[in-house]
Amino acid sequence: MSGARESGYNFAYLDEQTKRMIRRTLLKALAAPGYQAPFGGREMPLAYGWGTGGIQVTASVIGPEDVLKVIDQGADDTTNAVSIRRFFQLVADVETTEATEKATVIQTRHRIPEAPLEEGQIIVYQVPQPEPLRHLEPREVETRKMHAYAEYGLMQVRLYEDIARYGHIATTYDYPVMVNGRYLMAPSPIPKFDNPKMQDNPAIQLFGAGREKRIYAIPPYTSVRSLDFEDHPFRTQSWDQRCALCDADDSYLDEVITDDRGGRMFVCSDTDYCARRRANGHVGAQGAIDPVGEKTDALSGDAQ
Amino acid sequence: MYVAVKGGERAILNSHKLVAEERRGDPALAELDVRQIVEQFRLAVDRVMTEGSVYDPELAALALKQAQGDAVEAIFLLRAYRTTLPRFAVSRPIETRRMAVRRRVSAAYKDVPGGQVLGPTYDYTHRLLDFALAAEGGVGAPEADLAEETLPDAMPPVLDILDGENLIEREFADREGESVFDLTRESLSFPAGRDQRLQNLARGDEGFVLGLAYSTTRGYGGSHPFVGEVRLGETAVEITPEELGFSIEIGDITVTECQMINQFKGTAEKPAQFTRGYGLSFGHGERKAMSMALVDRAMRCRELGEDALYPAQDEEFVLSHSDNIEAVGFVTHFKLPHYVDFQAELELVRRLRAEHATRVGRDGELREAAE
Amino acid sequence: MTLAIDARDLAPGFADPVFDSQSAFRAIMNAIAYPGRIERFRRPVAAPAGLSPAAATIALTLCDFETPLWLDESAATEAAVAYLRFHSGAPIVDHAGRARFCIIGGAASALPLHAFHAGEDKYPDRSATLIIEAQSLTSGAPRRWRGPGIKGERVVGVGGMKDSFWDEWTLNQTLYPLGVDVFFACGEEIVGLPRGVATEA
Repeated sequence: MSGARESGYNFAYLDEQTKRMIRRTLLKALAAPGYQAPFGGREMPLAYGWGTGGIQVTASVIGPEDVLKVIDQGADDTTNAVSIRRFFQLVADVETTEATEKATVIQTRHRIPEAPLEEGQIIVYQVPQPEPLRHLEPREVETRKMHAYAEYGLMQVRLYEDIARYGHIATTYDYPVMVNGRYLMAPSPIPKFDNPKMQDNPAIQLFGAGREKRIYAIPPYTSVRSLDFEDHPFRTQSWDQRCALCDADDSYLDEVITDDRGGRMFVCSDTDYCARRRANGHVGAQGAIDPVGEKTDALSGDAQ
Repeated sequence: MYVAVKGGERAILNSHKLVAEERRGDPALAELDVRQIVEQFRLAVDRVMTEGSVYDPELAALALKQAQGDAVEAIFLLRAYRTTLPRFAVSRPIETRRMAVRRRVSAAYKDVPGGQVLGPTYDYTHRLLDFALAAEGGVGAPEADLAEETLPDAMPPVLDILDGENLIEREFADREGESVFDLTRESLSFPAGRDQRLQNLARGDEGFVLGLAYSTTRGYGGSHPFVGEVRLGETAVEITPEELGFSIEIGDITVTECQMINQFKGTAEKPAQFTRGYGLSFGHGERKAMSMALVDRAMRCRELGEDALYPAQDEEFVLSHSDNIEAVGFVTHFKLPHYVDFQAELELVRRLRAEHATRVGRDGELREAAE
Repeated sequence: MTLAIDARDLAPGFADPVFDSQSAFRAIMNAIAYPGRIERFRRPVAAPAGLSPAAATIALTLCDFETPLWLDESAATEAAVAYLRFHSGAPIVDHAGRARFCIIGGAASALPLHAFHAGEDKYPDRSATLIIEAQSLTSGAPRRWRGPGIKGERVVGVGGMKDSFWDEWTLNQTLYPLGVDVFFACGEEIVGLPRGVATEA
């Protein structure tokens, strides 16, 4: 009997009726890019806020021929990414990878990989709060109206108040975007550094919010514009430093505190991108003394 | 030398082993049996069944054991299991008037047909720690006295008495055949019907619903309730299989029901009438059923033409925040790594501070130049 | 409505409901994500008389008891109705405007697009999805498609549509973000046309 897995659950955990319901929602979400479609989100064996929306979306699209990559904060080896990858290995028995270009389905929390995505790939974002207007208007009844009539003045005012106060738009992540010129959309809490990657991306971008029970999507080759003003154009983060391990100057950097005297270093948040550069011979200021491939399980050490 | 912190698979597996170790506690002591939990921690089991939306005492007890007695974690376990269960049928409305009553009290009348039945309740226990329970050998097999006469098979709801005089608004007509909103299959939608609100409250966190109910009686909702009736007992669950065309009993469940009488309403055209609030929980859950009935009534403000001024009357506020599994997930997710976003904020704050310093410096130079 | 269904007379549904429908869904999702691109079902169902394998595969992948389904006269053969009822469980409805999914066998004489549900201002996802049997996905009069999912433009030649269809489509497109979404089915292949795509001769 197909679908009967060793785990005792259906393939990819969800029952077929639930998958159908989510699949229908995904199609409508793709047809109205950036629109938040309600769906009958199910209770998953992982906590709300920990990726249940992304997991339900992934479970509804994934098949035995897929190759899955799971990242959290850009890294394949953060605890929650490991946990979600384990879940799919258990319930779907799919091949997994850390290599961005080998993956057909990428589930992510908070980052878009540095390597450009391609046609044939699907990126699934875990979304804690799908409503870009929620912090300005807590009521769903009101925000749904605003989306229905494309009344987004409130957001423009918010951003402009930032400029008045700080001289900058003070939103640095989950930076609101306008999709296909119609819907204001929360890109999930990716840093605004990643926003331009959503524009005209050849891959299919799916967003799942489990607790709020919303699905939205961006089809390939779709306009995704970060909100800005003529006199304050959108710009992304930049660093004076380079990655200490691979010397990259074009990737998003994590800051790592190295001692209690203000010592710090910057390394790529995208671990696959960084490892690949090092494998290709790029060496950062501190890269040489950290031999690639020799990893220390610091956390598991603690746990013993 | 820099070594990246790796939250590897080994760490996760070891963490699970540590939990198992802590759950078991001192292995020199006998391990808890799930049946002991069913029998002796019944009120905890009842809460887990109610908020977990599954009537199965043994599963609820297992969840409690697995969760080391943490009710919310146990509710989570039961909910996640529930999702995987196939749905065979939707039951007919349960008939609490035909309940085998074990406890039934009304605060509205001194005596009622069928009588006041005190039954098992902590209400009149003095809250003195009973050290006999801690003594070796425990308390043996306590036995209560039997009543002199058996209770009647059917006890009419107290509110029927008021209904007979038209003193209270009519209960909804039995809308059998109409589909009932199901939060486990659809997302919340507003404005919410009473079916959606009641289901949400039934599954809602007891503490949250209790707090809201309390607020309605302290001025934040203008509630002046009378307990029309609280009843506890066993009632049959029936389904009507498509192929049979008539209903059959599939089992008995224990429920606690509360019918709350609330302040009357009247207009120039319509004479004054009391209004209702309704609460129901699996097992013995009076606190939950009463709280639910108060908040149900508070949220009916829109249909009764009252202004919604307070949190308990605000259905979007109540329904969006009552579910403890949703709330716990979101509140605790903040302990997941957020360093990418924190880095984004750091970059901005440093930039703003640098710009500030430049500006202050420049202003200082300008001032000096002017002086 | 009671209709005795003899399962022995029915064409089979998915050989492997879990994996075949997953594979079919990916083709369907690609079709809506990359409008105009031809997607071929690798393991389509054997269709009953009146339906193409592609149309039947879409219906079995997406429809169930939660999705009212409407069929036009030429799609609603006895075999097709029995087949869809048995394999999907979808309620078959009489009014096109009330259906979530609509199968149109007679593209040349189809109802105008405004006869189908276009969704609601606050819930544009509630619009109908049309599955239209096309004579060809390549040899019809070529039209240039533009919109989300299309890099630049794509030339598509769906064949067998009535003359007024593309004018109706232009109207549907002006309702955006409301509007119906379409799959053209032919043999074992489909092409998606979501509401956001504009077409020109």
